[in-house]
Amino acid sequence: MKNRLKVLRAERDWTQADLASALQVSRQTANAIEKGKFDPSLPLAIKIARLFNLTVEEVFIVDEV
Amino acid sequence: MNEIKHNELRNSQQKAGVKLLAIWTLAWVVSTAFLRFGAEYIWDYQLAYSAIALMTHLAIGIMMILVNVKHLANLDELQRKVTMDAMGITLGVGLIAGIAYEQLEDIKLITFEPEIGHLIMLMGITYIISILIGNGKYK
Repeated sequence: MKNRLKVLRAERDWTQADLASALQVSRQTANAIEKGKFDPSLPLAIKIARLFNLTVEEVFIVDEV
Repeated sequence: MNEIKHNELRNSQQKAGVKLLAIWTLAWVVSTAFLRFGAEYIWDYQLAYSAIALMTHLAIGIMMILVNVKHLANLDELQRKVTMDAMGITLGVGLIAGIAYEQLEDIKLITFEPEIGHLIMLMGITYIISILIGNGKYK
């Protein structure tokens, strides 16, 4: 699953550590989500979307099946 | 600011959790040795002492499990996934290798009696390698 986290983070001039801190996860987890290596749970995806005042669909792009 | 404080608290909770887990694991290892060698060298297999040592050993083991569960609960979801994957692989390897190893003597492929210690060592190494691979995968 792709996402726009890197762009959204850059727009706010946040580091991965800032994002991790805001989401209350480790930096490794924030990095893995941003790179698309790890798909977050639904509660975490909602938390990410709310952090940027967006919907989950506006942050995450589900791969076509 | 609150989030930074929350993260610092989470990190310190995780460190304290790991420390506590290490202490209880060490206590369990010591109680295992005490149970095994105490009966032989200290109380000469007296039933009451052996029963007390066994109960203590089991109680420490239960504490170790509870501390491990609490430690898992303090991890974030990726850390928990890496840990649970490693536990699953270790359980599988332990079961497959354990049963195969146990049968080696029965089918005369080895001449010595299989020891549980070898299986525990294998499981420990499997768990460590699985954790390292899991962490490397999500780096």
